[in-house]
Amino acid sequence: MATRVWRRFREPGIRGHEAGAGWLFLLPVIVILGLFLVLPIAMAAWVSFSDWNGNGSPLGAHAHWVGLANYRDLLTTPGLDQNNFGEALRNNFYYVLLVVPVQTAVALFLAVLVNKRLKFVGFFRTAFYFPSVTSSVAITILFLFLFSPSGAINKLLSYLGASGPSWIYDPRGLFHVILGQFGVNQSGGHLANGVFLGVSYWDWLAGPSIAMCVFIIMAVFTTSGTFMLLFLAGLQGIDESVNEAAALDGASEWNKFRHITVPMIRPTIFTVVTLGLIGTWQVFDQIYVGTKGSPLNTTLTPAYLSFDTSFNNNNWGAGAAIAFILFAIIVFLTLLTRLATRNPDRVPRRRRFALTGPIGDEQVSRIGVGS
Amino acid sequence: MISEAAAVRRRRFGSAMTYSFLLALAIIYIFPFVIAVVTSFKTEPDATANPLSLTPNPATTSAFHQLSADQDFFTWVKNSVIVTLSVTFLRVFLDSLAGYALARLRFRGRGAAFATIVAVMAVPGVVLLIPKFLIIRQFGMYDTYYGMIVPLLVDAAGVFIMKNFFESIPVSVEESARIDGANIFRIYWSIVLPMARPALVTLFILSFQGSWNELAQFIISAQSAGLNTLTKGVAQLASGQLGSGNRYPLKLAASTLMTIPVALLFFVFQRRIMNASEGAVKE
Repeated sequence: MATRVWRRFREPGIRGHEAGAGWLFLLPVIVILGLFLVLPIAMAAWVSFSDWNGNGSPLGAHAHWVGLANYRDLLTTPGLDQNNFGEALRNNFYYVLLVVPVQTAVALFLAVLVNKRLKFVGFFRTAFYFPSVTSSVAITILFLFLFSPSGAINKLLSYLGASGPSWIYDPRGLFHVILGQFGVNQSGGHLANGVFLGVSYWDWLAGPSIAMCVFIIMAVFTTSGTFMLLFLAGLQGIDESVNEAAALDGASEWNKFRHITVPMIRPTIFTVVTLGLIGTWQVFDQIYVGTKGSPLNTTLTPAYLSFDTSFNNNNWGAGAAIAFILFAIIVFLTLLTRLATRNPDRVPRRRRFALTGPIGDEQVSRIGVGS
Repeated sequence: MISEAAAVRRRRFGSAMTYSFLLALAIIYIFPFVIAVVTSFKTEPDATANPLSLTPNPATTSAFHQLSADQDFFTWVKNSVIVTLSVTFLRVFLDSLAGYALARLRFRGRGAAFATIVAVMAVPGVVLLIPKFLIIRQFGMYDTYYGMIVPLLVDAAGVFIMKNFFESIPVSVEESARIDGANIFRIYWSIVLPMARPALVTLFILSFQGSWNELAQFIISAQSAGLNTLTKGVAQLASGQLGSGNRYPLKLAASTLMTIPVALLFFVFQRRIMNASEGAVKE
């Protein structure tokens, strides 16, 4: 009798203990994610509506509810906070605008090259991927050295008869410099007077500063290898017979690329663009190591500003508010690219060709882990 | 005949073009690292005057001597090793536990748990800097190894990898073990994990690389110099908080040294990393 009860308890069927075991296996992950992700987000949301200055606990008597004041200071109330935030948004916007298309194009180009059946192709893949495994700290130091005023890049330029700028010390906007070549300089008029988020229209049009260009080049250098791997996976999903058929019909390399390769790896392109958008709006390490926002705030990014506002200026409410606005921007852009991918007019026709899983989860997560 | 010869010639020309392209690009990608290594053997005036030269003149190991004589540098290495090893091993273990539960065990709430983990994966890390600091401080873990390590222990992407892997291997072995009466943890530990080696190695590489190169998490979770990791210490070295002059040989020597572990890991597991695209998980 006793044994039968015991056995029933122990072996209620082949899947009997799974519920308990399942939750037990998941427990550590859920507890840690809950405590260090979900709970902190709730706490930071509270801080973004408070005037907490870093003393004591934000849940204690030192923090008071201030409603939307922190968000207003950033978005609508003219002042230093708004000005810094506007500049940070502008800088990061131009960073994204240049890095995402260039890194996508470079990565695709590299992938097409190393997808050919050539000798030493493994060596080339390794060479292009290597920058992706190094730490942002080491790479930033290296780029600061290469792009220092008397550094390797300017030395190279001098051999070519050009004199390079002072790079990370140069706050001039790239577009301003180009416009200046055509004699267009800041005129008093409309552009100088109109102001959005504390930054004049003319300054919104500055483009990335020469200093920011160093970080742009660096981003392309370090991430193109990672995305090359993603594209390589996509390319290897293409049936070679399609290309051969096209070649028999006399299609040129470019036409094959344009009309076969690109449509077939469209899902990968969207993945790379989405991951690129998410990553480039989070520039932090490079700025922290390299410039801390200088010169003249032209390498300031929302992520660094959020950190600086909180940790260095003890304005935690504003810092948390910046983080949430940045979060909103990233979520918005992700949804936007997802909508674009789901465009019902285009996708179904091609779905036949588009392999459903051209991208390994590994690579997607590699980027997640690496950043 | 003529057209065939022309085609061959064109193909040869094509691959010559490809090779020269590849070679030029490879030089662009590799040269900066060569410069970094060479410069770390230069004197400061030499590094400043001849940033492009590949022959240190005079060659000196003073940057490395300086680093090895520096107690701080050893502290940084020690902390990086402690944090990286703890994070990597625990993360691989916890992620694989959770991945196994999500892939194989049937229980109520599994779908919801998985959806939550995927949603969490989507939260951008930089946005979490302030929130994580707040909670670490609230728990009294600020400025301790715990504060540096625990928030990194779990990553949703790793759970995802393991879940997908477990779903790709046949369930029959486990079923027969179960019929023989082995309990679930035992099945997981002595049957499933050994089969999961490829995925575990992938996760190990990703976790090691991720935590060795991590910077932001250590900035917000500790402040005392005794808890500086390599990334944080070298970053401070870079922003000149610890000295004067440009000291590029020293900084580049430190960068080179801190790159060695991840570079080694990369070269050892190169094939697995580079072939991940070809379904290494399922091998």
